[in-house]
Amino acid sequence: MSAGTTAAAGPGKGRTGPLAWLAIPALVFFLAFAVLPLLGVLLLSFTTWDGIGAISMAGLANWFGIFTDPLMYNALWLTLIIMVVSWLVQTPISLLLGTFTAGNQKYRALLAVLYFLPLLLSSAAIAIAYKALLDPNFGLAEGLGLPVLAQDWLGRPELALFVVIFVIAWQFVPFHTLIYQGGVRQIPKSLYEAAEIDGAGRVKQFFFITLPQLKYTIITSSTLMVVGSLTYFDLVFVLTGGGPGNSTRILALDMYLKGFKANLMGPASAVAVILVAIGLALALLLQRIGGKDNSGSQLEGL
Amino acid sequence: MATVITKRAAAAPASNVRVRGRAGVRLRRLNLPAGAAGWLWLAVIIIPIYYVAITSLKTQAGYFGQNPLALPKTPTLDNYRMVLASDFARYFLNSALITAGTLVPSLAFSFMASFAIVRGRGRFLKAVNGLFLMGLAIPLQAVIIPIYLMIIRMHLYDSLLAIILPSIAFAIPLSVLIMANFIRDVPNELFESMRLDGCSEWQTLWRLALPLTKPAIVTVAIYNGLGVWNGFLLPLILTQSPELRVLPLALWTFQGEYSVNIPAVLASVVLTTLPILVLYVVGRRQLLSGLTAGFSK
Repeated sequence: MSAGTTAAAGPGKGRTGPLAWLAIPALVFFLAFAVLPLLGVLLLSFTTWDGIGAISMAGLANWFGIFTDPLMYNALWLTLIIMVVSWLVQTPISLLLGTFTAGNQKYRALLAVLYFLPLLLSSAAIAIAYKALLDPNFGLAEGLGLPVLAQDWLGRPELALFVVIFVIAWQFVPFHTLIYQGGVRQIPKSLYEAAEIDGAGRVKQFFFITLPQLKYTIITSSTLMVVGSLTYFDLVFVLTGGGPGNSTRILALDMYLKGFKANLMGPASAVAVILVAIGLALALLLQRIGGKDNSGSQLEGL
Repeated sequence: MATVITKRAAAAPASNVRVRGRAGVRLRRLNLPAGAAGWLWLAVIIIPIYYVAITSLKTQAGYFGQNPLALPKTPTLDNYRMVLASDFARYFLNSALITAGTLVPSLAFSFMASFAIVRGRGRFLKAVNGLFLMGLAIPLQAVIIPIYLMIIRMHLYDSLLAIILPSIAFAIPLSVLIMANFIRDVPNELFESMRLDGCSEWQTLWRLALPLTKPAIVTVAIYNGLGVWNGFLLPLILTQSPELRVLPLALWTFQGEYSVNIPAVLASVVLTTLPILVLYVVGRRQLLSGLTAGFSK
């Protein structure tokens, strides 16, 4: 983490001109398929387009429409709920599991191998598996003999949202666990040894050494988690399709349904712009919280 | 599960002394609550996977008649035969093509760009770096409509290339970030000695930076490879023909068509995951340490 800055500052390093062209292929692709579409989506939000025919200017009509559209507010609200609750659920679990799997005990290594299995699965596969698993008659409830679990999980609005948050956690906790595991393993052992001499117990060590030392890991993981929560489209699309009713119709899904199902690309683009704006704002905010100098050393004085 | 915990507990007095292990993390007293929670989480992870695996081997009658978590009484591979008969080999090939087609160029371009960003100077490269960093926050979904429009205008709609091109672009920002971090850690003296030996930057790129950046390249390849292999949105929007379906899309259409035959649907889930699972079993250490190496920097 800290070595990066020192190397970059070294004198006599690198040459200008001839190196720049090495960045060109990546730049061209990125400009063409990420930056240009970004500008495009902004432009399209001021147009009328059905996805097939001609595109015509619509002025601010889409935007007036969007800001009086209850579906958009519903989607915005659901997206916020999923973002906040997912963060609250996933962060503590991933942190603890990351610390847990960073230990070198054999059984923990074995558990870690299995913990990471969901990383391999596609959102579509996970959604389909959970649809079967949540069946009140032929799924988990019947298998475990727990009638409490025999709910119409995907058929009742308040339960469906809960299921979506749970399945998202099931899918993404492993990834964040992996990030935290890496972070914990980089904490210098001398800190723990010193704490032990001072008589600090395991819980104290966790709160006074592990947690503060993981500051930047927490920011990285949270950024990925929060910005990522805008993009749970695949999972929700296959799991609930936004239903029942509109109870899981998050922003990304609202955009898809408006654009590709209702053929209203203009309003859909406006929703997309909102999505981009939220993503950029959140990323900037989290970087601010983390402090400007992200590569600053946490190990000062060691 | 319980037996392992008690066995550990019995061994506790012996390991009461401080032991320092390979990873250097101390192992003091046995941490029972952590162990218990660890096994509990395992159940959360494993039960769904177990359910999918056993159900995929059940007959329809077994699915309706047996306890859902019981092993199949009359295990059958018919579900798998049925899935394979639904053209899954083709979908597999499509997925492999878009994954390879995305990874090779995106890795090469990202590597060259990170080298330039770290080794070069000047406002241009700074701006490029800033642009890529900003790109990390652009969600793919948000720009799918203009991408759709562009792909139509380029007459690429309903082709594998339509999926590959945007995938390359969206793989670049994170790849550059991770690779650049690695190249920065290469001691400057090595670059200097390459230069004293009369090597051009181009030669330095391939002979020095590439081998030293291998862990980052593996990380990026795995991360982006999984993302493309499992990607759903681009194929959903940009293709239409059944013969161009990739695995996640095929899964979705399959479950739509065979929604009454859950064992067959779950067999398709297993079958699409199997190749990745084999890779995981073979290259787990590389895969996990690769992911961590990149992200914990």
